[in-house]
Amino acid sequence: MLEAILFYAFGGLALASAVGVIAQKNPILSALSLIVTLCSLSAIFGLLGSPFIAALQVIVYAGAIMVLFLFVLMLLNVPRQEEGDGPRGMLKAVAILLGLLFVVQVGAVVAAHEHAAAPAGYEATTESVAQLLFSARFLYVFEATSVLILAALVGAVALAKKDL
Amino acid sequence: MSFPIQHAIYLSLGLFTLGVVGVFLRRNIITVFMCIELMLNAVNLAFVAFSRAQGALDGQILVFFVMTVAAAEAAVGLAIVIALHRTRDTLDVDAFNTLKW
Repeated sequence: MLEAILFYAFGGLALASAVGVIAQKNPILSALSLIVTLCSLSAIFGLLGSPFIAALQVIVYAGAIMVLFLFVLMLLNVPRQEEGDGPRGMLKAVAILLGLLFVVQVGAVVAAHEHAAAPAGYEATTESVAQLLFSARFLYVFEATSVLILAALVGAVALAKKDL
Repeated sequence: MSFPIQHAIYLSLGLFTLGVVGVFLRRNIITVFMCIELMLNAVNLAFVAFSRAQGALDGQILVFFVMTVAAAEAAVGLAIVIALHRTRDTLDVDAFNTLKW
């Protein structure tokens, strides 16, 4: 019972702050709303039996990526957004309409399927996830991500440098 | 677990749609980036929910890789934003139209 209350509370908070992300004029407030969304999602990951992903969510997203976003926002001194004009107003209506259509379509597909009850006793602990991650099945993919991170690191420095 | 798994999928659907709509509505390139992060997180939630429903751990591994790619994407993307701001002195997505035809 408590789980359900927490799930709907954090789910509602995540949706409300996601609306805040796209409704705010000031990008810094958007970033702060996004941090609230990410932290609520972390709580939901915990409720879904994934403590490892929940911790990773806070450390990587809220801790690293969003700090990077806020750093760039404050570095560039971004002005507030001005209101959209003619064609933009049209685009706004079309975007909201297509979004609603997407929700109805995918929601209908999800609702049409019979969902079996989730198996009991599921616990994706750090140990069990690590056992799978470092097994022969995913080890090479894991090593490839370290190459990806290195490439991104070099690329970010090369792009942001004033004159190369 | 006292709530149905579908509700997590519905939450994921709602967050993804908000991200898509945000990409169309916002004119600031950094806010557009944040909407992309929102979409990636919605997909992560769907992965975790399906992983829970199947009782398999593969979804958790996929979430781990999605987070790695998101971190790399944010670092490179924000570097591009800084480079664009240096040359154009604006962050309005409509100002960057050199590759448009």
